[in-house]
Amino acid sequence: MIKAANKIGLVFFPAFDWAISPTHPEREERLLYTQDQVFEEGLLDVDGIVEFKPDMINRDDIRRVHFCVPDEWTVTTESHLLSAGGAKAIGSAVLEKKVQKGFALVRPPGHHAMRVVHGARGFCNINIEAIMIEYLRDAYGVDRVAIVDTDCHHGDGTQDIYWNDPDTLFLSLHQDGRTLYPGSGFPHELGGPTAFGTTINVPLPPQTSEEGFLYVLENVIIPVLEDFKPELVINSAGQDNHYTDPITNMRFSAQGYAKLTEKLSPDIAVLEGGYSIEGALPYVNVGIILALAGMDYSTVREPDYDFEKLRQSSAITDHIRKVCDQVMDYWQEAPSLREQMLDSGGITERERTIYYDTDNILENQKEKIVVCRDCPGVWSVESWTDRGKRIYAVHIPRKACEKCVDIGMEWYEKTPFRHFDIIFLQDRKNKVFKSRRPS
Amino acid sequence: MIIGLDVGGTHTDVVLVDSQGLVRQVKVPTDIDNLFDSVLGGLDEVSKNIDVSRVSRVVLSTTLTTNAIASGHLDPVGMIVSSGPGLNPEIFRTGKHYYCVQGSIDHRGREVQPIEPTEIEAIASHLRADGIEAVGVVGKFSVRNPCHENKIVKILGKSFNYILAGHRVSGNLNFPRRIATVYLNAAVYSIYKNFFDAVSNALRAKGFVAPILILKADGGTVSLDASLQYPGQTILSGPAASIMGAVPYASENGESIVMDIGGTTTDIAVLVKQVPLLEPLGIEIGQYKTLIRALKTISIPLGGDSVIKVKDGVLDIGPERVGPAMAFGGSEPTPTDALVFLKKMESGDFQKAKMAMEKVGGLLGCSPADAAERIFSEFCHRLTVVAKDMVTSINQKPVYTVHEFLESYQVSPTELLVLGGPASCFASKLSEVSSLPVRVVPNARVANALGAALARTTCEITLFVDTERRVASAPEESFYKPVDDRFSVKDARELAFSLLRTKALQSGAKMEDIDMEVTEELQFNMVRGFYTTGRNIRVKVQVKPGLISEYKQITGTEA
Repeated sequence: MIKAANKIGLVFFPAFDWAISPTHPEREERLLYTQDQVFEEGLLDVDGIVEFKPDMINRDDIRRVHFCVPDEWTVTTESHLLSAGGAKAIGSAVLEKKVQKGFALVRPPGHHAMRVVHGARGFCNINIEAIMIEYLRDAYGVDRVAIVDTDCHHGDGTQDIYWNDPDTLFLSLHQDGRTLYPGSGFPHELGGPTAFGTTINVPLPPQTSEEGFLYVLENVIIPVLEDFKPELVINSAGQDNHYTDPITNMRFSAQGYAKLTEKLSPDIAVLEGGYSIEGALPYVNVGIILALAGMDYSTVREPDYDFEKLRQSSAITDHIRKVCDQVMDYWQEAPSLREQMLDSGGITERERTIYYDTDNILENQKEKIVVCRDCPGVWSVESWTDRGKRIYAVHIPRKACEKCVDIGMEWYEKTPFRHFDIIFLQDRKNKVFKSRRPS
Repeated sequence: MIIGLDVGGTHTDVVLVDSQGLVRQVKVPTDIDNLFDSVLGGLDEVSKNIDVSRVSRVVLSTTLTTNAIASGHLDPVGMIVSSGPGLNPEIFRTGKHYYCVQGSIDHRGREVQPIEPTEIEAIASHLRADGIEAVGVVGKFSVRNPCHENKIVKILGKSFNYILAGHRVSGNLNFPRRIATVYLNAAVYSIYKNFFDAVSNALRAKGFVAPILILKADGGTVSLDASLQYPGQTILSGPAASIMGAVPYASENGESIVMDIGGTTTDIAVLVKQVPLLEPLGIEIGQYKTLIRALKTISIPLGGDSVIKVKDGVLDIGPERVGPAMAFGGSEPTPTDALVFLKKMESGDFQKAKMAMEKVGGLLGCSPADAAERIFSEFCHRLTVVAKDMVTSINQKPVYTVHEFLESYQVSPTELLVLGGPASCFASKLSEVSSLPVRVVPNARVANALGAALARTTCEITLFVDTERRVASAPEESFYKPVDDRFSVKDARELAFSLLRTKALQSGAKMEDIDMEVTEELQFNMVRGFYTTGRNIRVKVQVKPGLISEYKQITGTEA
């Protein structure tokens, strides 16, 4: 009988009856061939690979992370609740030590979903990793978490959610935002003033292959994780860096993904994008499962795999080296810059425009944060869309100091309705999630 | 008249029934080294002084193949395995004559790499030189396209006794299990064929003209002729016989747990409206995980003759059995001794049972009566825990659609049916411990043979349609049919049912017993570059495990 070196858990929820639209990449068929391959390989019979059933998440699970407009049920479907519930189930299994590692092979994905949710963007409605992480923090007392996002698209939703959280490291490698949706994720995006440096972006040029990804792993991801010392490493395991993916331009492979997974050795992997449903996903997923389980993956290859043909040019290699050097310089310098900002204190504001490509919504945001030395700082967001929705949302962090709690409560209670349809409170410290609406 | 025979580890049970019910029941000791005599002895005994030409059906459930695997008395098998991307096929090596060859097929059934005929020819001559007579041919994804397996079989030619291709054993995806299943079928083929040729000849010589049917692990029967091609189907038919024997007495609308309490082991199964639940993929036996259809049963090493031990003041029952209970001439205390001592069992030597309980009580530091009560109670608790865990795990079965999740059917049994030798002695305690009403199956001691006698013929069909590749296929049946892009899921279901009906009739079923159902039905639009290019349809249908139509009259369970 074959035995896994690491005992791992899998939640497989392919949502065979859910699609954004019939011909959308995010459709029923997406994980069909992955399931075929996983079943045919007999992976669920391996001693040490255990399959779990997804949970369905509840309203508080969403409200720990998101401000949903007008409410949680309007912006989600059952499939979203089960996809996030799959991540939650696998996270719980790992924290309860039922398994050493876990992989949530679920859809729909979530890493483009930001704090405020007016609808779907980048095929995502709610952020399944963030919902899992915040649940694990409340249920199991987890503190420091690192998210390594290896999807080909910048994980701008996860970045937004953890922008002001110094205890969550968000590290994304992705195809350069100048060449691909969502157009963000540059090295200078480093996080808010109290969490400066715990957001890290490594944009990679189109045609990056195995060599480039593994270079980033060795030279950025591993040293940063050694410094940050997370209790939990989460991999947002998008599979659209594959050379056959129809909507991206990279040259990664099943062998590459398996090596990356083996070396990164995440506690929990969560499937994100990946739309080469026949050419890539069956092989990449088998590779990731075997690598997590500590099993031999050397014979997992795409039928048309040719290492030499997929190699990147030396110009790309040089470019990636420069990007990595720059990212590591920022990583070294960030703590002292953060100190300077904390010394200045006060309130910092920023304004942004966010486009929801899937639902065609344009959102404007004005964010302010109290730059606090004693805690990550209370923050709020004003958000209004071209659909005429206008909300105000207050976030009191998990580790908020007394003063920031008071400020947050005042913002929530005293802000007049005049301009807003809904006023939200997300009090992570006291686990109170509520909203005020004009009667 | 119908004869049902079930060979067990210690006894062979035989029943003769007619339309009025049970006519005769016979128990003869099983001689593991000479099953032929046990089977023939049992049949002779039960048919004494009757006109055997009036027997209309003989159903046999034997431990022949199970024993062969457990004892390792298997024929050497040449295995030819082609895999392609994925796990290294060497991991699944079945023995010395195992060859990994070129050639691969993908998940859609498209050829990725062709086979190399000269490679196969070379292996064939090796196998012949080594005196191999049974060969298995298995390819990854062969159920999506068996062309490689078929080509290899053709190259192997007629110089082997038995050749089995992987796509014929099951429509399910699972390459390692396909390898194990093909291997086991090939490894027991000659043993099985020799045995049943002998049984069949002996019965004909005695004047039997009735069709001979064999019980399978899924609780269904198959004609002896049809079984010769896939003898592996009969592995572990024993538990199935007992469970089918409980079916007539189970609730028609509710869910039931069935426990067959034997000397060495207890088998537990779940019925939903009299239909036993099946394993999702197939039997596990020893080191082998297979695609052999089987009833979902849990077999635990806990029975009336399990040895009782006390370690560090803690009572333990089983897992081994060293012989009969002390009350029946054995040397070690057992739960049966507790039953005899507590006067729950009438037979047995009370004085010896008392000695057994004094021994256990001494070790536990309690009176013999307390020891007996504790054993009795512990036994019932353990069975209840295992049964409840089984129900929990059935309810936690993963689902892959939102609909299934929301609608997911939760099993919650409302009754417990017990059978087997000591079953009636445990009934009231089991009811107390499990909080479920407990019923003892009538004729509990031969219910297994009755189950075999009354089981209907079962089978399954997996139909796979890919309208982009324009083919509908049921590889197990070697069925292929070109289809056009209008072929719908409804067409697929109808086609699957018609194939199933044909297969059931060929396997020995009577038309009135073919109770068919859809067990899986999925349809996907295949979209390539923003255009729908075809439909991918998967339909699985089966004849439900159950009893022949006459069963109510025979068992007297007619409303």
